[in-house]
Amino acid sequence: MQEIWQALVQAVNLIVSLDPEVIQISLRSLYISGCSILIAALFCIPLGGLIHFHDFSGKRVVINIIQTFYSLPTVVVGLMVFLFISRSGPLGGLELMFTPTAVVIGQVILIIPVLTGMTISALSGVDRAIRDTALSSGASNAQAMWAILFEARFAVVGALILGFGRAISEVGAALMLGGNIRGYTRILTTAISLETQRGDLVLALALGIILISIAMVVSITMNILLQRY
Amino acid sequence: MAILETMDLEQRAGAAVLLSKVSLSVEKGEIFVVIGPTGAGKTTLLRLINLLDRPTAGDIIFDGQKITDPSCDTVKARRRMAMVFQKPAVFNNTVYENVAYPLKVRGAHGKTEKSAVHQLLETIGLGGYARRKAKTLSGGEAQRVALARAVVVKPDLLLLDEPTANLDPVNVKMIEELVMRFNRERGLTVIMSTHDMQQAQRVANRIGVLMNGQLVQVGRPGDIFYSPDNARIAGFVGMRNMFRGYIVRNEAGIAVINIGGRDIQTVSDLPVESAVEIYIRPEDVVLAMTAASSSARNNLRCSITSLSSIGPLCTVTVDCGFPLEVLVTDKSVVEMGLSQGQELYASFKASAVRVLPSMPR
Repeated sequence: MQEIWQALVQAVNLIVSLDPEVIQISLRSLYISGCSILIAALFCIPLGGLIHFHDFSGKRVVINIIQTFYSLPTVVVGLMVFLFISRSGPLGGLELMFTPTAVVIGQVILIIPVLTGMTISALSGVDRAIRDTALSSGASNAQAMWAILFEARFAVVGALILGFGRAISEVGAALMLGGNIRGYTRILTTAISLETQRGDLVLALALGIILISIAMVVSITMNILLQRY
Repeated sequence: MAILETMDLEQRAGAAVLLSKVSLSVEKGEIFVVIGPTGAGKTTLLRLINLLDRPTAGDIIFDGQKITDPSCDTVKARRRMAMVFQKPAVFNNTVYENVAYPLKVRGAHGKTEKSAVHQLLETIGLGGYARRKAKTLSGGEAQRVALARAVVVKPDLLLLDEPTANLDPVNVKMIEELVMRFNRERGLTVIMSTHDMQQAQRVANRIGVLMNGQLVQVGRPGDIFYSPDNARIAGFVGMRNMFRGYIVRNEAGIAVINIGGRDIQTVSDLPVESAVEIYIRPEDVVLAMTAASSSARNNLRCSITSLSSIGPLCTVTVDCGFPLEVLVTDKSVVEMGLSQGQELYASFKASAVRVLPSMPR
């Protein structure tokens, strides 16, 4: 139990003293996962809308498959991407292995199912009356869809926060694809994993506390922004 | 001039027929009320007119244009109408944004429009509410916002689907007054559905009765309430004294009808021996202590079987060979000292009896 208290003190120390390496690792974590969620959002929100607003046979099955992939293991994603971008893989020529880009690719694939599925849930949660009201107010189909998405904004932002959380907290793909290279692909989770193996439990815990703090700040910021609209 | 016409409009959902051969014509500037019991197809009809659903058969002509035509620009046609739904629906946004929404989707949201929105909020009694979250409004306030949102673009046709069904009496009155005011001041054509007969009488220029998906009668409020076309409509509009009998004799239009052994004088051209249904509105019957005190043709000796007070009025049921309901004021009950078992006379004019040929069953 002593370690937890010490870790808390050290975490505060590391943050207050602006330890260059810790700051760098934290910013990199934020940057890589930020890129991942942004790319995933640009892809998943329209995709979720496409699935929600169109009736096609097998829609239920598609949604079920998407929901199954919520529990996609990070190491499996890491392995799959590894097979594609490793030197002997089909995309080996792009030399993406052990780069931040590789980590972003892994994280995007990891959060696509969650973000798409949660977008569909968010849109289905909007009262049908909103669509009718928008249309009878003179909205075009596209404007009505936008009105529905706007109505679901709290749930969609919730999905974004969840996706971001899954990205910033995963370690499997980051380790396999990024390689935990110091100053290049080392992020908070891979650093925690390394410090634990080294036996510096207090530093590992302190980094863990920083990671949770970042997630908290992101979540609070998003919610404050949302309150304005 | 008719601004809206439906021609043999039909809507099916699987095997169920929601609307069948509905043909109606609504004049520019009138308030046309569609009445009918729940499930009659009122919502279906209004949704079809607003192009929210497509009919399985039939056409809708709006201002000379066949808007059910596949080549017709749905959004363009819809932008000339507006609709308010039974359940007050507001966007999760401010009151101002809700009312301004139709302007924004039309790309018309300049200074003039902004002040128009604020003025409209004053009109609906929500002047200081522009920045309030619409979700925090009460049902009645939300419905007024929905009404303002509907009229903000000055539509040619306003569709109201049971707009006051879930509201308290104060808000019902406000909505009705606003609708009548917009109709009067802007010449706005209104099609409103309701299951409330009194409301229909209060606001309608003309009424259409919709039952089981069919438009069974169209007319002025008086026509519907005093001369319903058949037993179902009569029952629905609150005709309570309905009796079956046959015509005993007919002398120059005064037909004597036998109801449960009593002769009733009525105005009808139907031949002797015809089986008929008659209706007598409870408020058309007068109770009197003596037979001679009334000029009415029908003076039936009867006894009071029950009295039940409803607000300032009292329904007195008397037995005159058949049970007859009579509506009198509470004041009269006290003045005449009416009580159960009392013997007196029920009188009504021959012209107060509505006679319809009996429908085959």
